[in-house]
Amino acid sequence: MSAEQTQRPIRCLVAKVGLDGHDRGAHVIARAFRDAGFEVVYSGLHRSPDEVVQAAVQEDVDVLGISILSGAHNTLVPKILDGLDEYGALDDTLVIVGGIVPDKDEDELRERGVSAIFGPGASMEDTIEFVRENAPERE
Amino acid sequence: MSGLLDRLLDGDHRALARAITKIENRTPGHRELVSALYDHTGNAEVIGITGSPGAGKSTLVDKVAEHYRDQGLTVGVIAIDPSSPFTGGAVLGDRIRMASNVGDMDVFFRSMSARGSLGGVSIATADAVKALDAFGKDRIIVETVGAGQNEIDIVKTADTVTVLVQPGSGDDVQMLKAGILEIADVFVVNKADLDGADRTVQELQEMLQLRDDDRGRSSTDHHAGHHAESAEAVALQRTEAENGWTPPIVEAVATRGEGVEEYVEALDDHRAHLEATGELDAKARARYAEEIRTLLREDTADLLTEEITARGGIDELVASVTAGETDPYEIADSVLAPIADCARQQRDS
Repeated sequence: MSAEQTQRPIRCLVAKVGLDGHDRGAHVIARAFRDAGFEVVYSGLHRSPDEVVQAAVQEDVDVLGISILSGAHNTLVPKILDGLDEYGALDDTLVIVGGIVPDKDEDELRERGVSAIFGPGASMEDTIEFVRENAPERE
Repeated sequence: MSGLLDRLLDGDHRALARAITKIENRTPGHRELVSALYDHTGNAEVIGITGSPGAGKSTLVDKVAEHYRDQGLTVGVIAIDPSSPFTGGAVLGDRIRMASNVGDMDVFFRSMSARGSLGGVSIATADAVKALDAFGKDRIIVETVGAGQNEIDIVKTADTVTVLVQPGSGDDVQMLKAGILEIADVFVVNKADLDGADRTVQELQEMLQLRDDDRGRSSTDHHAGHHAESAEAVALQRTEAENGWTPPIVEAVATRGEGVEEYVEALDDHRAHLEATGELDAKARARYAEEIRTLLREDTADLLTEEITARGGIDELVASVTAGETDPYEIADSVLAPIADCARQQRDS
């Protein structure tokens, strides 16, 4: 397991989408992922769903982490999921969401293909562990 | 496997992305893939861009990509960032600057981590360039942070190497230092609106002047008495005789797109120069030679690792050194000897 990991680090895209300028959380998670040995592509602020899809496809990431605190998750996240699906990338990309998502919205996002949602208070160790365990296997 | 190749050649972006992943990870099967790609390469112009962190490489790449797109050309970008020496992790942030090509899939941007070994990444870069070339990209840009050491191997994948300098990068002694400044085919002084930009340009010019004077001396011996025309003609003859190319210095403000057109022109000029002098072929040959050597180094390293494991692993060998029984040189000789013998026998028979 560890031998394989040194050979093939987990690749993640940490994405900020929409009109949401709060990137402290994204920076913290990008750094924590880096320290966990992941390769982290950071999208930068104010990306459109299309851009996030483009980045996820071109970078061929194992994990897409969407950071969103604006409340527009019900609109923006499904757009990203649909985009990934269009490129046939939804099945083998682990999509996680971090930020402020009300409980009542969680089920629908999960149904659409989000694997986990990390709200305020989620521990960094748990997040990293979740990614390690659920990152898709690839040949 | 062949499916991936077909899909790549067919223009499937995801197949291209997956092929590069295979190349980067050196997954089983990547060799066959790269071999198969060779037949479809040779159409792209490859440009390398290097410079110190924060010099504006990614911003320039973004603007150049936009310029090429306006000309109707497709673009591939490989951006290499360093990895942590402790965890192997990396934050790849060059993508943030790619703001001008939003949603344009014909700019294929791929971030790569150095993964601790620049030797490894240089061959992965060369192979990823081939994937982009086979995919049909017209222009491929390889971008990496540079300090004039091993990164040079990465930019050597390119036909034209750009070194990006920013004002205030130190005094003229920095310009005397070996390394990064010697590899440039084109210089870009970025942030040319900042104080000190003129001085940086001037210092670069002086450095190039010194270099040309050196070259000139040897070549005038060659052509002594041949030319009595104008000084310009002599100068031209001199540079031509040296197969020479004096790197132009382009001033730019990449954030505003200023100087991008001049820069692209300089790239085109250099390309034309390479074609006219036959240097393009020479470069390609040198590159193939280097690829063969690197692959062999990689493969023999694997073979030796296997041999070491067969002898009880590196820890045991180290223990015998610390116990004073032997030394690293003796061990290296004894591990290598049977392999060398075997190779010699095969060659003779």
